[in-house]
Amino acid sequence: MNNQTISAASSHLVQPALSRQSVARVQDITKTYHMGELAMQVLHGISLDFYLGDYISIMGPSGCGKSTLMNILGCLDQPTSGRYFLGDKDTSKMNDNELSAIRGARLGFIFQSYNLIPQLTVLENIELPLFYQGHPEHQSRQIATELAARVGLGDRLQHRPFELSGGQQQRVAIARALSNDPLVILADEPTGNLDSKSGAEILNLFDELHQQGKTLIMVTHSDELAERSQRQIRLRDGRVESDDQHH
Amino acid sequence: MAGWNLMTNIIKHPRLLSVLQRITVHVQPAYWTRFKKTAEVGIKSIHAHGLRSLLTVLGIVIGVAAVISMLAVSEGASFEAQQQFRALGSNNIIVKSVKPASLEASSSNSGRPQAIAYGLTYEDILTIQETIPGISNVIPSRIIKKDVRHLGRDVSTDVVGTTVDYPASRNYSLRSGRFFSEEEMLGQRNVAVISDEVARALFPMTDPLGESIRMDGNYYNIVGVMEPEAYSNLGRSQAGSSNAAPTRIFIPLSAARYRFGETLVRQASSGVEMETVELHEAIIQVQDQEQVEAVGQIIEQILERRHRRVDYAVEVPLALIRQAEESALRDQIVAGAIAGISLLVGGIGIMNIMLASVTERTREIGIRRALGARKKNIVQQFLIEAVILSGVGGLIGVAIGILIPVIISIFWGMTTIVTVTAPLLAFSISALIGVVFGIYPSVRAANMDPVEALRHA
Ligand SMILES: Nc1ncnc2c1ncn2[C@@H]1O[C@H](COP(=O)(O)OP(=O)(O)OP(=O)(O)O)[C@@H](O)[C@H]1O
Ligand SMILES: [Mg+2]
Repeated sequence: MNNQTISAASSHLVQPALSRQSVARVQDITKTYHMGELAMQVLHGISLDFYLGDYISIMGPSGCGKSTLMNILGCLDQPTSGRYFLGDKDTSKMNDNELSAIRGARLGFIFQSYNLIPQLTVLENIELPLFYQGHPEHQSRQIATELAARVGLGDRLQHRPFELSGGQQQRVAIARALSNDPLVILADEPTGNLDSKSGAEILNLFDELHQQGKTLIMVTHSDELAERSQRQIRLRDGRVESDDQHH
Repeated sequence: MAGWNLMTNIIKHPRLLSVLQRITVHVQPAYWTRFKKTAEVGIKSIHAHGLRSLLTVLGIVIGVAAVISMLAVSEGASFEAQQQFRALGSNNIIVKSVKPASLEASSSNSGRPQAIAYGLTYEDILTIQETIPGISNVIPSRIIKKDVRHLGRDVSTDVVGTTVDYPASRNYSLRSGRFFSEEEMLGQRNVAVISDEVARALFPMTDPLGESIRMDGNYYNIVGVMEPEAYSNLGRSQAGSSNAAPTRIFIPLSAARYRFGETLVRQASSGVEMETVELHEAIIQVQDQEQVEAVGQIIEQILERRHRRVDYAVEVPLALIRQAEESALRDQIVAGAIAGISLLVGGIGIMNIMLASVTERTREIGIRRALGARKKNIVQQFLIEAVILSGVGGLIGVAIGILIPVIISIFWGMTTIVTVTAPLLAFSISALIGVVFGIYPSVRAANMDPVEALRHA
């Protein structure tokens, strides 16, 4: 079932010029943190449009607001001002329940530190988004099994996260991010904790996902990694410094 | 730990799950699946901290076990007491002769033997019977300690001289033969009905019916053998009897008077002691149970007027039954208080561990929230966990609480009664404790900011 939607999405890719369909759009968003009396503005009016099937990397020096932006894109946090459309939905005025629902339905997360749940097996971790979507059990089991095989962990279904290497854990996380067939996959420094070989494996998986038409937004510190994406956005001090697209 | 594993395995047991599944066929399947999964996760994380979880629920375990076993012991004691008092007859009032302490001292001072007189008299009984309306029967008895022989054997017994209604008044029945009759009473005949213990002591091989026994040189013909007394400790006479098993012989009161007289001679340490007691005991039967306690008070007043000393005692079994009931109620209140305290302590333990669990699993909460869990889901997850903890604690407590009374019964021979309500009540309260003390940690978990939670180490 998952493969069908992926191939459907792939057909869009064949004619990119015709289908520059926006999946996520931020309009002049700002974010200010208040620490007691002190107010610290981290994002100073960012406007970006992300299109279906794009593979985007976000770069910039430490503390420039990359993770802050990713949290907003991931509906984990809300901007202080500005608007954020995810697909056709304006998330700016959503309450906690609606944000939870949209995260579960439209977003996939890949974190630097994998963030698997230690007491659950590989399979159960991959199923988790479907569980909160209320999928029937046998169906989510099937999807999770297929995805585990796809990231090369078909023989590790009943393992616990601590029984896996870092690279394997991150692959479980990728499978989990794919399980709900999200509109956008968000990855904040996905290879930050990995050696270059495991990191390369992850990036190869990203390339595959991109070829299958998935929309990927990745934060990275490495120019080399960013080269593999088709669009590089640089932030500096909470502003977009540059936005290069090439195919 | 092993016990804990067993418990969690029981919960995870597929049959239990399938039973639960069958119970909830009418619940929406998706909802049930989610509940089951959430419960599974709860069990897993409890399992992951086995020892800690076990220590946490110890308060609940002890509370529940203590309540059930305390109630069982108190219920058993109350039942036993009520049975004993009921055996005395709830329509009966028992009046007894009691040797006053003052007499004991003066008699030993005097140089030559002197008969001391005390206790109930025929006059007393007659007055009671004539003054108080509503008395259906009075069964007086004399109780004398005698050695009884048959062939080479002898046994020390309480010889009870009484009237024909004695067995009926105390619900005693005969194992074989009959009680002595009215004619034998009038004729002061030497007939005897022996207790089961006497029968076993004197006639281990043969049927005692028709045989003769000897007391003080006189022979008595055995006409009946009593059934062993089920509840004998309070039923047996206190006047001149030891606390041994009730080896008793019943003979007509008339014969007892005629053969033994009213003055008993006893060899005491200070020399020969003589006592004159007309009657040792009288059972007064009241027609209407409602009137028993009132009649008891009137009897007290009559005896108080007629006696210079308090050389008598009035026992009202019905009042004793009531006292037993009251003391059972008191025990229940105490058990309830202990239950309350230990369950409160148990609840605080659960809250404590749940708060620790929430802090420990902050990151997990963040992950779940990122993956689409609503606050409600997080609350449910931790609440289910708290309820499972306290519920399992409750189950262990129920098991131990049912076991302890059994052990008490086996090793101390006490009657214990585990009612159906006690374990049910204790268990439901323990589950409720899980909910009550799980709410705060669960809500706290749900209200965490997802971004903050994900940043947590
Ligand atoms: N909850 C918060 N409260 C206050 N300040 C915050 C908070 N979160 C982030 N900041 C600040 O906002 C700024 C941007 O943080 P952010 O995590 O977005 O940076 P980043 O670009 O992801 O950096 P890095 O490359 O090191 O991950 C930092 O100065 C940080 O201290
Ligand atoms: Mg960052």
